[in-house]
Amino acid sequence: MILLLLMTIDARTGMELEPARDRSLTDRPVVVEVRGLEKTFRIPTHRVDSFKERATHPFRRIEYREDRVLRDVSFDVHQGEFFGIVGRNGSGKSTLLKIMSSIYRADRGRIRVAGRLAPFIELGVGFNPELSSRENVVLNGVMMGLGRREAAERLDAILDFAELREFADLKLKNYSSGMMVRLAFAAMVEADADIMLVDEVLAVGDAAFGQRCMDVFHARRRAGKTLVLVTHDMSTVESLCDRAMLIDDGEVRYLGDPGQTAMRYYRVNFAGTHGSAPIAEPSGIWDVNVQLTDAWLEGPGGERVTAVEERDPIRVQIVLEARRDLDTPVFAIHVFNEQGMPVFGFNRTLTLAEGESDRVAAGGRVRLAGEIENRLTPGRYFVHCYAARSREHGDIAMHQLRLFDFIVYGPERWKGSVRVEADVEATLEP
Amino acid sequence: MSDASLELRDVRGPSALGGGWRRAADLLYLIAVTEFRRSYLGTALGYVWSLARPLLLFGVLLLVFTKAFNLGERVNEYPVLLLFNIVLFGFFQEATVMAVGSIVAQEPVVRKTQFPRVVIPLAVVLTALFNLGVNLVVVFVFILAAGVDPTWTWLLFPVVAALLAVFTTAVAMAVSALNPRFRDTGIIWSVAVTALFYATPVLYPIELVGGTLGRLLALNPLAPLFELARKWVIDPEAPGPAAAAGGAVWLLIPAALFVAVCAFGIWIFNREAPRIAEVL
Repeated sequence: MILLLLMTIDARTGMELEPARDRSLTDRPVVVEVRGLEKTFRIPTHRVDSFKERATHPFRRIEYREDRVLRDVSFDVHQGEFFGIVGRNGSGKSTLLKIMSSIYRADRGRIRVAGRLAPFIELGVGFNPELSSRENVVLNGVMMGLGRREAAERLDAILDFAELREFADLKLKNYSSGMMVRLAFAAMVEADADIMLVDEVLAVGDAAFGQRCMDVFHARRRAGKTLVLVTHDMSTVESLCDRAMLIDDGEVRYLGDPGQTAMRYYRVNFAGTHGSAPIAEPSGIWDVNVQLTDAWLEGPGGERVTAVEERDPIRVQIVLEARRDLDTPVFAIHVFNEQGMPVFGFNRTLTLAEGESDRVAAGGRVRLAGEIENRLTPGRYFVHCYAARSREHGDIAMHQLRLFDFIVYGPERWKGSVRVEADVEATLEP
Repeated sequence: MSDASLELRDVRGPSALGGGWRRAADLLYLIAVTEFRRSYLGTALGYVWSLARPLLLFGVLLLVFTKAFNLGERVNEYPVLLLFNIVLFGFFQEATVMAVGSIVAQEPVVRKTQFPRVVIPLAVVLTALFNLGVNLVVVFVFILAAGVDPTWTWLLFPVVAALLAVFTTAVAMAVSALNPRFRDTGIIWSVAVTALFYATPVLYPIELVGGTLGRLLALNPLAPLFELARKWVIDPEAPGPAAAAGGAVWLLIPAALFVAVCAFGIWIFNREAPRIAEVL
């Protein structure tokens, strides 16, 4: 039945569907059902936000710009599932979360939920610095939908979890930010919602805190709780989520395997950045030997891009102009990682046709173009080049020309800057 | 999780009472109590400050109206009546003026959590109501000290207080709901409430005005409440709202206005509540 439903969605929106990582999860009962959700924000082109303006321009028609942030969004989340929602800024994912949390109202569509749902859009929302943590925790619990008595009963557990028992009566304004985060997180965990909607909460705190979050989420999973996580941290999605959904421009673009979702996320994030503007600014970049005319990366269709998908070849195009006569020149291309460490490099001499001499006259142009095998792991890289005048006289290039930087995108699974094939096995020693 | 709790229920989106009565009541109680405790127990002077304003106003007005206008001779027990009225109107004024900006002030909470929106203005009213209770204790001490004899009608005073609280709540809901959309609501309301202060029989008993103006002032929905409070608590000889309005039939108009304001407050808040988070 569920499968059938999903297939109809597929046919309607043309979005891609793949089976979940853990098939048994989708056989579980649905706890969040979203159908045909639509949301349009009407943004007035000229904002009228006072009675005065209304009174002084009573007949002015207020014109609105319509911004459709969600278009026909439908999906199910099953009990005990960890469900990721990913998308770029402005893709509509936060609006979706706010509608699910009853903070915004949908224009059309339906959301049904089984059990108590608690949103965590930010840690410690509504904490009052003038109150003690004891008072704040109870208030927060009631805000989350607990009864007054229930909230008071959880107080001890929360203070213990946050390791703040001895500071229970201290006003929050006297807490350090670390203590505050601990308290807020403990309050969130102990709210004990059946369905937790979490928005980038993991982004705060240090690594130890992040680990703690993970431990808690795994414990929640064992307890059969459901988690809906909105994030742009793909490694979290891949390590934590059973299924994930990619939203772009208000539409569901993909729903299924988290790894695939992450890949597609990187694609919409970076593949859309092929502007036609030159990546490097040629003016002012010069060396005694050559100056840069133009340099760019090419996409598969010959368009200029600033990002390359993991494993896709890196297609470079570099045009240099000789500033003086170059005899037997050598051109070097070096690639550095974000930390400024060289990752690889290579040299080229002129490829000569029959009868051509191995020299470039002043003002002549040289093009370095072709594909580089892409062993780079996701990250940001810088391409530099330099030209030596003569390989026979051993000329030294004075300046390295900074050409451009580019992004390699893909799910982050690798250590270091390069991916290598390793024929290494681990076996038990007898 | 039992299977019973796996029944899917509609998420209806934000609203004035979204989350249910119980949650609204719990939240309201907690906020008002902590706020009250904070202002009274937190600082030694908290209580003094909350009384200082009405007492100071009282002192000035008493001087002006007894010395300059001789109201003290024409009205029975004028000083305590004035104090009593100022404290009652002070409640209305404090609650509604504080309510105007309350939702905008709570912006982060409104935009990031779900809870019954109506709690915000109601908490303001409830806190003001606590202040009123505390102030009334002092007022009643003054009343007794002035030599007013307690009568059984004192027991009826809570009815007036309740009606005043209902009216105040409705106005607080209306102005707090309008403010996110019309940011000058606060300015307009602070002027309006000052006008209302003079248009309500706070400084003067209504029967002293007389004529068309007196009839007009009697239409103010707050007027009968103040007249009732005066008759029941301070001066049993006072004409009372019906006589002041020129007949019981004339009371229908302020009563209708009272109901209309309450209905408007509830209607506008309900209408605005779902969109408040988006407007902020």
